[in-house]
Formats: sequence, C-alpha cells, structure tokens
Amino acid sequence: MKEVVYLDNNATTRPAPEVVEAMMPYLTERYGNPSSIYSFGGDVKKEVDKARAQVAALLNCSPEEIIFTSCGTESDNMAVRGRLLASKERSAIVTTKVEHPAILNTCRSLKTHGSRVEEVGVNYDGALDMEQLKGSLLSDVAIASVMWGNNETGVIFPIAKIAEMVKEKGIVMHTDAVQAVGKVPIDLAKVPVDMLSLSGHKLHAPKGIGALFVRKGTKIAPYMTGGHQESNRRGGTENVPYIVGLGKACELAMNEMEGQVKKISTMRDRLERELLRLCPNTTSNGANSERLPNTTNISFQYVEGEAILLLMNELGICASSGSACTSGSLDPSHVLKAMDIPFTLLHGSIRFSLSHYNTEEEIDLVIKELPPIIKRLRDISPFGRAD
Amino acid sequence: MWDYTGKVKDHFLNPRNVGIIEDPDGVGEVGSMACGDALKLSFKLDEKKERIADIKFQTFGCASAIASSSALTEIVTGMTLDAAKKVTNKDIAEYLGGLPAQKMHCSVMGREALEAAIDNYEGVGESTKHELEGEVVCECFGVTEKEIRDTIRDNHLTTVEEVTNYTKAGGSCGKCIPKIETILGISPEESQVAATKPMTNLQRIQKITETIDNKIRPAMQGDGGDIELIDVVGEEVTVRLKGACSGCPASQVTLTDFVQKELRRAVEPDIVVKEIK
Repeated sequence: MKEVVYLDNNATTRPAPEVVEAMMPYLTERYGNPSSIYSFGGDVKKEVDKARAQVAALLNCSPEEIIFTSCGTESDNMAVRGRLLASKERSAIVTTKVEHPAILNTCRSLKTHGSRVEEVGVNYDGALDMEQLKGSLLSDVAIASVMWGNNETGVIFPIAKIAEMVKEKGIVMHTDAVQAVGKVPIDLAKVPVDMLSLSGHKLHAPKGIGALFVRKGTKIAPYMTGGHQESNRRGGTENVPYIVGLGKACELAMNEMEGQVKKISTMRDRLERELLRLCPNTTSNGANSERLPNTTNISFQYVEGEAILLLMNELGICASSGSACTSGSLDPSHVLKAMDIPFTLLHGSIRFSLSHYNTEEEIDLVIKELPPIIKRLRDISPFGRAD
Repeated sequence: MWDYTGKVKDHFLNPRNVGIIEDPDGVGEVGSMACGDALKLSFKLDEKKERIADIKFQTFGCASAIASSSALTEIVTGMTLDAAKKVTNKDIAEYLGGLPAQKMHCSVMGREALEAAIDNYEGVGESTKHELEGEVVCECFGVTEKEIRDTIRDNHLTTVEEVTNYTKAGGSCGKCIPKIETILGISPEESQVAATKPMTNLQRIQKITETIDNKIRPAMQGDGGDIELIDVVGEEVTVRLKGACSGCPASQVTLTDFVQKELRRAVEPDIVVKEIK
C-alpha cells in the first residue's frame, strides 16, 4: 500500500497496535459469551468489566455509568431518544446549529413526532450564543444536547458552564464528546453533564464501538431493546473484542494524552501558521476560540475544496473539506454556514486533523506541497488572480 | 471518494486550454463563487469567421467541473458555430467516459457557458453572463424553468433527484421540489396553463383526505395519536387531534410542522391548518 500522510484524524484514527494486540485473543480463542454461566464465558465478562473501568477512569466517573454501544451515532441516538421516551411532560429539545449530523438529524427527525427543537447559533468565531441558549431553556425542554468539541473547526464549547446553566433549569444535559475524548482532559466529577457520547475509532480503537456515559439517577428509557445486557439499558450480546479494544485505547489516552497533546498542538500550530503565511487570501476558521489541539480549518479563497483534496491525494496527503462537492450534497458545511463565514471562503475550506502518529516531516511535506497546489488551482480559476 | 473515470482524472490533472483569449470573439460566463462553481469561456474564430479556432476556459470548482470545462474546449475546437450550438451536456459527459450521477451538473455548466459565449458573439443579450430566461424555479442556485426543461429534454430525466444532479435545482433548501415535480409531470410541449389551473374544491378535499389517510394518520397513530378531518373551506383546513395528540403540549408543533407541511407539499402550497378542540 502507498504511504499516506494521514491528516484526517477527526474522520477516523489508526487503531493503536497495543489496542489490536489486546483485542486479538477475543477474536480468536476467547470467544465465549459474557452472559454464559461457565468460566469460558464468565472470564470474558471480567474483561468487559475491566474495559468499563478503563473507560470510566479516563472520564473520572464510575464504571456502572458506562454503557457500551456500537458507535458515537448510536450513543447520541440513545441519549436523545432514550431521554424523550422517558420524559412524560417535556418533549422539547435544545441543541446547536453546529452539532454533528448524529445529533442534528436525530433532533430534526423528532420534530415530526411533535418535539419542539431549538438550535442555538454561534458567532463568527464559532463560539456559542450563550444568551440564546439561556433563553431557550424553557419549562418544556426535556434535554439539551451541546457538543464538547466541534468536528469541523475544533472549537470547544464551555461545557462545564453550559451544563450548570442547563441543570439549574432541571433539564437533562447531554454532550457529544466524540471529538473531545482522548484529546482534552474530561473530568465528569467536575463537569455536571448527565450524559456523554464517545466513539472508539476517534481515539485509536477500531470502528464499531462507542459508549454512552449516563450519570446515576438520570432517567432514560432503553433505545435498543432486547436482552439484559448493559444492566438492561442496551440489548445485544456484548461486542467483546471491540469493548476490550476501547478499554485499552482509553487506558493509553489516560497515560499518554498530556505528552501527546503538546506534540500534536505544536505541529498543528506550525502547519496553520505556515500555510497562512505562504498562501495569500487564506484564513483559519474558529482560530480565535479555544480549540481541540489537533484541528485546524483553513479556507483558501477562490478555489474549491474537492479539487484541493484530489491534488493532495496525488501526493498521498489525506484531509477533508467543508465544500459542497465533497459531500454529495450541494450545500457547503453547515458549521461554517452557521458561523456566517462569507461564501467566498465556504467552498475552499480544508480541515487538517492530526494525531500523535504524525511527524514533523509530514508537516514539512504539506507546507512544501500545498501552496503550489493552491496557486495552480487559482491559475485555473476565473476569480483567483490574487497572488 | 468519487468514482471518476481515467479521462476525468486526466483532464483534471492536466487541463487543456486554460486561460483567457486576448481580443476574443465571444465570452461566456456561468455560475458564481456562492454557488460553488463558475466557468468563464472565451473563444476566437478563424479568419473566415466560420469555425472556432481557439477556445480557453477558467473554472472555479471541483475536479469534475474542471475536467468538464477542459473536455468542452477539446470537443468544440475546430467546430463551426452551428455544430457547436448542438453540443449538449451529454456529449461532454460521454467524452469523459461518464460522470458520477451527482456531478452531471458540471457538464450542464459547460453547455450553458458555451451557449452564453456564442450568444455574446452573435449579439444576443447585452452581457457575457449566462442569461436567466423565464421564471427562476430554484432560488438557492438560480435555476430557471427553461434550464430545467431543456436539461430534462436533452437527458430524458424522470425524477427530481436526477434534475437535482443535473441542474442543482432543489439541492439546498428543497422548497422548489414541488415545482420540479410539476415540471416533470407535464411534457415540455404542453401548455403551462394545465399545470397552474386551480383545483376545484372537490379535487382539493379529495386530495386532502387521501394525504391524511395515507400519510399523516399512520404517522400519528404510530405515536398513539390520531387526526380527524372536520372541514375544508378554500385553503383553510380544519382538523381535530385525537388520542395522545389531544392535550399533548407539542400538538401545535405537530399541526404546523407536520400536518400543514405535509398538506402543503402534497396538495397546495397555501394551505393553512386550524385545530378545533
């Protein structure tokens, strides 16, 4: 396989070799069902419990508060739908305009079931409109769901403060922390959210495993009904190898995050600074806000994102774009639109998201190769004689 | 990742005829930065003013937009204007060995720019811009009824999705989808009067009843609710909510966001739904 420079870690990450190694026994010899009575099954249950404790340790919550799911999207669905199913009097939902589709489309689909949905906006820097949020927390609201870190821009919302505002009104608070877990410290003893979603493949576990933290005492109804698994809260035989993998990934993040984050943010900052310096008419979106350490979202005026991505692809460089053309829809990124980024910058946005597996040499390569790509496309463009 | 043919990739990576012709005979522009793609064509005729001697393009857009523009210039170089006028978006797509369905609008953009450039040479219209003829159907992307009808005819389109893939119309807010459905419903030769003829009250009631029975009621019953049609006066529809829906704090939202929306989509855009308790 061709060597790639992988700078799309908000899309998915490389499974850590330690994670894969930890999973292997459960894909081969140790295939017992954790619900079985004999020790060939029961011993496996101990591994599931260990993984639960590893996830809980990373978040500083108790293991019984962790429910394993199949992915971040399922966690989000379970939180929002499960809460509405359990809430008799209240049916409204408060969320934000910049959520991941897993939340946004879930909330919007609940409108046809009669839920009032308010989507709180953001400003040009991607910061949440706290006044609008405050005004939206009415007595009919069953759940507020506000993401921790944005997948496109990396902008971090002040979740502790938001959770306090929401809880004060007696409203259940959920956060989609899929992009934040493993990248920023999360202490659920201090941040009073009721529910939190995470996804394994964003923190070097494989795809197909996620978790939902549900704080003790939070009323949600089961969304995936079935057997007694996960203390009757999520039916379905436990995905043992992947649960073990997620546990290991959380343990690695817990032990190594601090050092990794420094390395990652140094590379990110250099990449961003150099690209802005070398390419005229270029801006970074959300850079005035607190951000995830690994993400930068840069708009190159006068050129279109898909064309940039495909020219980078020729060199093995992987990134993503908020341009309409890459998604199959005809609309550019809903996040950048919510930020009111001018249309001249919408279609040429590129997101780089790093991981600790990236190297300074890879960053050098992008800094060397991308400016000529931008120039080449601007030379083709009818608008781009700006440099 | 899009599944582009080798020919698309070749024309994207090595575009032919990029640039602007000095002192051109005709210039055509289509699209805008806001829409996400734009194309500017300029051409020069031979000395006898018969054939396209040289043609150049500038494109803002994705790989398939750049490849379509490049392909177009290759196709029409050396052609007479009459022959060039007959070039359709299909010719461009075929030249490239096909385009992904959702990218067909890139080839349509090529045809439109060519049309605008030839019009500019022949003195039709005052600007080099692709003229918007007739009623604008899709406001998000500025697509007119004529463009939609022409593209349906050239490519034998039958569904809204295809129309969106080829023209972008309906691809953003979706408000114009009923209009596109109307356009698809009648053949291009038929007069427009038929499409806009007002409904009789009897037809209206029948359509409303059908929509409630087939679409609205099953969804509401799924949530333990129900709905009863009480009266229809002009565009005002009166209903009663029953079961779990009556007394539900969200019933007003159900009424406007679901019942009224469905009826507006299926029957008439101006319908107003009222509830009696």
